[in-house]
Amino acid sequence: MNETKATTKTTHPHTGMTTRHDAWWLAPLMVATGFTIFIVYATYRAFENNYYEIGAIISPFYSPKIVLDWFPFSPALLILWVPAGFRATCYYYRKAYYRAYFLTPPACGVKVYGNNGYTGERAFPFVLQNLHRYFFYLATLVLLILWYDAFKALIEPTFHLDLVTVIMFINCFLLSGYSFGCHAYRHLAGGGLNCFSKDESTKRRFKVWEFVSKLNEHHMGWAWCSLFSVGFTDFYIRQVCANVFPNPTFF
Amino acid sequence: MTNYETHEHDVLVIGAGGAGLRAAIEASAQGMNVGLVCKSLLGKAHTVMAEGGVAAALGNVDPEDNWEVHFQDTMNGGKMMNNWRMAQLHAQEAPDRVRELQEWGAVFDRTNKGQILQRAFGGHKYKRLCHVGDRTGLEMIRTLQDQGIHRGFAVYMECSITKLIKDGDKVSGAFGYYREDGRYVLFKAKAIVLATGGVGKAFTVTSNSWEYTADGQGLAYDAGADLIDMEFVQFHPTGMVWPPGVRGILVTEGVRGEGGILRNKDGYRFMRDYLPESTKDQFSANDAESERWVNAAIAGVKTKDKRPPELSTRDNVARAIYTEVKEGRGSPHGGVFLDISYQDAARVRKKLPSMYHQFKDLADVDITAGPMEVGPTMHYIMGGIRVDADSQMSRVPGLFAAGECSGGMHGANRLGGNSLSDLIVFGRLAGLGAAEYVKKLGAAPAVPQDQVDAALAEMEEPFQRGGSGSAKNPYDVQKKLNQIMSTYVGIFRNKEDLEIGIQKLQELKEDIKNVGTKGSKTYNPGWHMCRDLKNMMIASEAIALSALSREESRGAHSRTDFEQLNPELGKFNTAVSKDADGMKLEKTPCPVMPEDLKRLFAKKETTHNG
Amino acid sequence: MAEANLKVFRGEKDSGTFENYKVPIEEGMVVLDAIHYIQQNMDPTIAVRWNCKAAKCGSCSAEVNGKPQLLCKSRMDKFEPGEEITVQPIKTFPHVKDLVADVSWNYEVNKKIVPFTPQPGHNWVVYQEDIERVQEFRKCIECFLCQNVCHVLRDHNRKDGFYGPRFMVRLAGLEMHPVDSANRLKMVKEDAGVGFCNITKCCTEVCPEDIHITDNAIIPLKERVVDEFYDPIAKFFKSVFKAK
Ligand SMILES: Cc1cc2nc3c(=O)[nH]c(=O)nc-3n(C[C@H](O)[C@H](O)[C@H](O)COP(=O)(O)OP(=O)(O)OC[C@H]3O[C@@H](n4cnc5c(N)ncnc54)[C@H](O)[C@@H]3O)c2cc1C
Ligand code: SF4
Ligand code: SF4
Ligand code: FES
Ligand code: FES
Repeated sequence: MNETKATTKTTHPHTGMTTRHDAWWLAPLMVATGFTIFIVYATYRAFENNYYEIGAIISPFYSPKIVLDWFPFSPALLILWVPAGFRATCYYYRKAYYRAYFLTPPACGVKVYGNNGYTGERAFPFVLQNLHRYFFYLATLVLLILWYDAFKALIEPTFHLDLVTVIMFINCFLLSGYSFGCHAYRHLAGGGLNCFSKDESTKRRFKVWEFVSKLNEHHMGWAWCSLFSVGFTDFYIRQVCANVFPNPTFF
Repeated sequence: MTNYETHEHDVLVIGAGGAGLRAAIEASAQGMNVGLVCKSLLGKAHTVMAEGGVAAALGNVDPEDNWEVHFQDTMNGGKMMNNWRMAQLHAQEAPDRVRELQEWGAVFDRTNKGQILQRAFGGHKYKRLCHVGDRTGLEMIRTLQDQGIHRGFAVYMECSITKLIKDGDKVSGAFGYYREDGRYVLFKAKAIVLATGGVGKAFTVTSNSWEYTADGQGLAYDAGADLIDMEFVQFHPTGMVWPPGVRGILVTEGVRGEGGILRNKDGYRFMRDYLPESTKDQFSANDAESERWVNAAIAGVKTKDKRPPELSTRDNVARAIYTEVKEGRGSPHGGVFLDISYQDAARVRKKLPSMYHQFKDLADVDITAGPMEVGPTMHYIMGGIRVDADSQMSRVPGLFAAGECSGGMHGANRLGGNSLSDLIVFGRLAGLGAAEYVKKLGAAPAVPQDQVDAALAEMEEPFQRGGSGSAKNPYDVQKKLNQIMSTYVGIFRNKEDLEIGIQKLQELKEDIKNVGTKGSKTYNPGWHMCRDLKNMMIASEAIALSALSREESRGAHSRTDFEQLNPELGKFNTAVSKDADGMKLEKTPCPVMPEDLKRLFAKKETTHNG
Repeated sequence: MAEANLKVFRGEKDSGTFENYKVPIEEGMVVLDAIHYIQQNMDPTIAVRWNCKAAKCGSCSAEVNGKPQLLCKSRMDKFEPGEEITVQPIKTFPHVKDLVADVSWNYEVNKKIVPFTPQPGHNWVVYQEDIERVQEFRKCIECFLCQNVCHVLRDHNRKDGFYGPRFMVRLAGLEMHPVDSANRLKMVKEDAGVGFCNITKCCTEVCPEDIHITDNAIIPLKERVVDEFYDPIAKFFKSVFKAK
């Protein structure tokens, strides 16, 4: 018989304390690794201020290109805050980084980091997460521009299809699936209603809400795929600009 | 002397299932100071497990339906043993009570016209069961609970009542203990409503939970009330049979209501062979007609086709399955097959979500892909505390009863869905009845100290006997009791078995006197069981004696030595009560139905039970 | 016969020890069966709360190998043969005895919620699509596993400021009810403290009823709170619109 005195209410003395037997730390570790790689790459690229435009093709990190005389830095900085803010305030990413970076909690049933003064999203800074819907509006504008970029790449100088264009379209598709599965949009589209069958307009919004809900169910999947695709699109365009990767034309 | 705390209320409701909650809400609405006691946490009572639905003749799906038809179905299902007045009140008031639940926030499934959807159930002529998927009881108890907590009555959770206290012939209080820490408690009350549910834990295979230890029946019996119709024990035809740990857990009749088919091991659809002549014309003539009926039900359209034979009354279906298994045509684990997998998988998951999960999680069976194995399980007791139909008062002044622990409403066999409606109709009437009684009563009756002391001493005894030596383990005794009841007082009964059973019960009484426990009073299930056994014994003895005395087969009571229904015997209820030298059994005449209602039952007399 | 190795927390009011028990395994057995086996054959005083044994009542919540779950739903055949199975009471609420905890706080919280308030004179024609969302929330069996796992209550012990996921589910069910007329958004923001939730989804992970607590209840509530308190532009447009 096990004679060690143990108390259930062990106000778990240190972060990560748990009686779980499984590899609970694996998921947050992978998430943290994934995010860190992306953030490092994206920061490097944002400041690189080179290799982002060739012909009609423009990297999603730099589009729309805003050139201001008084702004001496990379134009990416003028636009990247939109998608960055969108993702930083996205409900899925919040979950992921609260767990992976802030360890509140690292995993379910595992002791959080820090004991005092937790305020969640009630107080600064995280109360700002409530602005997510504004980022949604802005990011949707940016997304429209990325679609425009893709079509532009398709028809300029003449109608043709090359590998980069294909990548750009896939990226737009994934970004759309991500954006339109947004929780804030789900609410705005129809979730905020209490009665869907009230009149014709609410019935239409119900249809939209149903569709958004379907996308929303897999919001995490869309978030990761689109994160990867946007990084990859930029990377490929960079390599094409730098003459490292080829850009074969299909027709 | 050990201490106890004291509370005072006008009305004390014992039991927080559908009936108890509804009674407490009503009594509060009448301006009473109400206390509500329950053995488990609020919202966990048995009512939470009810699946299929609540019967009320709203006529949303079948507009032909009305209270008279519901009344007829209930009486016919109960083999005319029902207290006609209760059946009438029930049928008349159920629709209002269901609408009231809706107004309190219950969210029933809807028809495509935006009304409460109703489904078919065994023994109901029309589609009558208002439901929420297959978790209707949860919806009901949560609605009542959330309504109740704002009515200002006191709730005592995890508190078991062990004794009713009387001042002369009037009830005046109740004594009990908190399960959590074994603290004793005395409630002084002018009126008491019992709503403690059933007796299932006296049987081995049952759909009932640990709470069903016949407390209400036992308490009322000890206080001088009489128990009627105790021979009528309902075996639900479809309980799970495999794996062993879940044996007995209910498979809702909703599965058959949605078109589930019963087959034996040879794949033969046997139910049609067991339909009694008298009701054959209400069921489909062949499989093709059954299928058309199911398709129409799914599409939500009206049809002239008749229902499938699987929707016969519970007693019939249970006997059919029992016979198939006994004659060697059962499934591998001693049941038969119930199949809904021929229907669209997504629909099955939507209409029967908890069945889907229950089988998936507990038995590794995907009911959308293959059949389930099912067999009869003890489910419900029709008999119980005899009450006045309008006020729900027992023959002990101030003692009321409602819900499963009361008797009379369901006669010899309860129709599915009639219990949930029973709870809200008679729960309300009991609350009302108790309030009226209290208003007329005037001064509070006294609580004699000697009774309190005796109740307290009774609870201390198991500790004095301790957990070892000559003291019996309460769980062993319960197991023995279960074996006796299941072997000798089961689905099919005969004189010889019943006599052996009764003999064995007498012997077991000695063991019950000697059960003991050790440990502290803090949440000590062994200790609790010591007291519960006494109530189970009272109910078991009542069931066995009543069953022996009824020399006919009627409804759920099947005697292999008296296979026919005897119209003469149908004129009397069996009633047991406490006498100086044990249990006394009487035959009392059934209340006589007035002529204007009798016209609804023009049917010729039959001697066939089914 | 195969035997399971159970390590069960025994004791009263927080102090106690883990005790080992060997329990014979039957096919289809769940952890609750194993505890009952101990109760019936080894020690009748072992305390465990249960009612339905069919995952319907939400009484038997505990932590098995550190994971909050219903004892009547955790199958023994999920574990490796010979694996030590640790069974503990839920951690977030005061301990009573063995596997039983005092969950009464939850009942107190429930009382504070403004009950269902139907619109006066409503004709009760309500369509299935309008209540489908609400029905998901009504599936809750009040097992309080979500309350137990939520770090706001479990680790930060902010029972003073946060009602917990179970009651977010209840509030969402009321707020989205097509016939309800009360407005509880101020309560959702202030007393119920929806802002304490950082949507890390542990509640959703443990919910035995598969309620999408975070996605379908909490986040929509947060968005409704944004409408009311954090979205000046929409507020402005709405007031202009209404004024017309
Ligand atoms: C699995 C299952 C499915 C069912 N499905 C349906 C259905 O679809 N339709 C239908 O109509 N019926 C159905 N029934 C039957 C119906 O659910 C019950 O008959 C009904 O819920 C009983 O309600 P009640 O209020 O009488 O008692 P319960 O809901 O059982 O409540 C009893 C209360 O009494 C308390 N209590 C007991 N003893 C004591 C004591 N000594 N001291 C203090 N408190 C005590 C308990 O704690 C509990 O709160 C079903 C039953 C089961 C088991
Ligand atoms: S999502 Fe929110 S409510 Fe749920 S567990 Fe996490 S912090 Fe608690
Ligand atoms: S929401 Fe789910 S986890 Fe929380 S109490 Fe309800 S059923 Fe349990
Ligand atoms: S919630 Fe993820 S984008 Fe809005
Ligand atoms: S016992 Fe009811 S949920 Fe486990």
